[in-house]
Amino acid sequence: MLIGLYISVLALASEGGGSLIDVNPGVVFWTFVTFIVLLIVLKKFAWKPILTALDQRETAIRESLEKAERAKEEAQKILDQNQASLAKVEEESKQIINQSRIYADKLKDQIIQDGRDQTRKMLDEASAEIDRKKDASFNELKNQIAEIAVNAAEKILRENLDKELQKKIINKYIGEITKN
Amino acid sequence: MFATEVSKTIAIADTVKKVSESNSDPSWIMHHVLDGNSVSFEPFGTLYLPHLQLFGIDISITKHIFFIWVIAVVLIILSLAAARGYKKSLIPKGLSNFLEIIIVFVRDEIVKPAIGKGFEPYLPYMLTLFFFILLSNLFGLIPYAATVTGNIAVTASLAIISFIVTQYSGMKTYGVLKYIKNLVPSGMPVLIIPVMAVIELIGLFTKPFALCVRLFANMVAGHIVIFSLLGLIFIMHTYVVAPVSVGFALFIELLELLVALIQAYVFTMLTALFIGMAKHMEH
Repeated sequence: MLIGLYISVLALASEGGGSLIDVNPGVVFWTFVTFIVLLIVLKKFAWKPILTALDQRETAIRESLEKAERAKEEAQKILDQNQASLAKVEEESKQIINQSRIYADKLKDQIIQDGRDQTRKMLDEASAEIDRKKDASFNELKNQIAEIAVNAAEKILRENLDKELQKKIINKYIGEITKN
Repeated sequence: MFATEVSKTIAIADTVKKVSESNSDPSWIMHHVLDGNSVSFEPFGTLYLPHLQLFGIDISITKHIFFIWVIAVVLIILSLAAARGYKKSLIPKGLSNFLEIIIVFVRDEIVKPAIGKGFEPYLPYMLTLFFFILLSNLFGLIPYAATVTGNIAVTASLAIISFIVTQYSGMKTYGVLKYIKNLVPSGMPVLIIPVMAVIELIGLFTKPFALCVRLFANMVAGHIVIFSLLGLIFIMHTYVVAPVSVGFALFIELLELLVALIQAYVFTMLTALFIGMAKHMEH
């Protein structure tokens, strides 16, 4: 339908003067001139600066993205390093604590053992001393008793008195013993 | 189907003829589409353009040339303003930002894929072409302005420039002789070579011819349809048809807006493709 209309209008136009498909050389000439001037002007003053700016911006964006990527990688590396050294330090400190705990335990045992040993030694010494003193005092007592008995027998023999007197004398010496 | 088409066509032709007989001025539709020596701003007045001659050729300034210049000036102002936006900062605002979308579209969606490696030298030409055609097409939708891309001389000139650029790109890549030799695919039987040479030679010229006619026909057709729809009001001598006519005309006008974009895209895309084909001959 459109084509039909178009054809009829074209036919009509050619009757009425100019035609749609008349190529006017003047228009061709001016179109060429205008387009080429437009191309030169726009290329120099518009497209070149705009395209350069676009390129610059794209380069800047790419570079900053790459830089960011690199920085991220570096940060990751440092983080990894830090974590590794932290782990190492932790391991070390654990080791130190363990060692010191073992050492402390050993020291404690030793001190307790030492104390116990010393106590036993002191006790042993003390009991030995007590035994020695006991023996000594017992011996002395034995000697004294023997001496008193001898003295008493000597006096009984020397005086040779009656039974009552003997009793009296013995009581007297016994009384002396207690006094002593 | 075909019969009804024909009958419709005859009916329309009859109507147009009847109207042309009854009307004192038979070219009332064509007046809007055709070139002329005056720019009409009725009712504010008419600008009569000067007649010029150069080496015996009539190079008078016509309505379409006047509007080509208007478009050129508008385009220069717009793009210079856009370029200035980049001087302040690499991330511009407003107009520069808007034009940047189109520039990046032409660069990344049309020129880069179609031409391939080494597309940069063709970018300014492609951008100028795209913006010029787009602005010309859109100018046709403004009241009082003319559709310069609806003039076959203008589209022919653009197609010839595209042809020259295409041949230049091929000859620059391969050298003149090798380029011409490359037109005929190698490995052909000797007897077929002359036939192929003729076909390829015709093919060289049909490409720009198709470019020229496609743009011209697309732009002129929409305008003729709009004027014809509005003309129905005057043909039928009644206001009853006015809402229908205006409604349809508005629809076609919006369609034209789409066509303006599509045709600018198609012309640039095909030119880029031809350049790409000339630059990267497979045979």
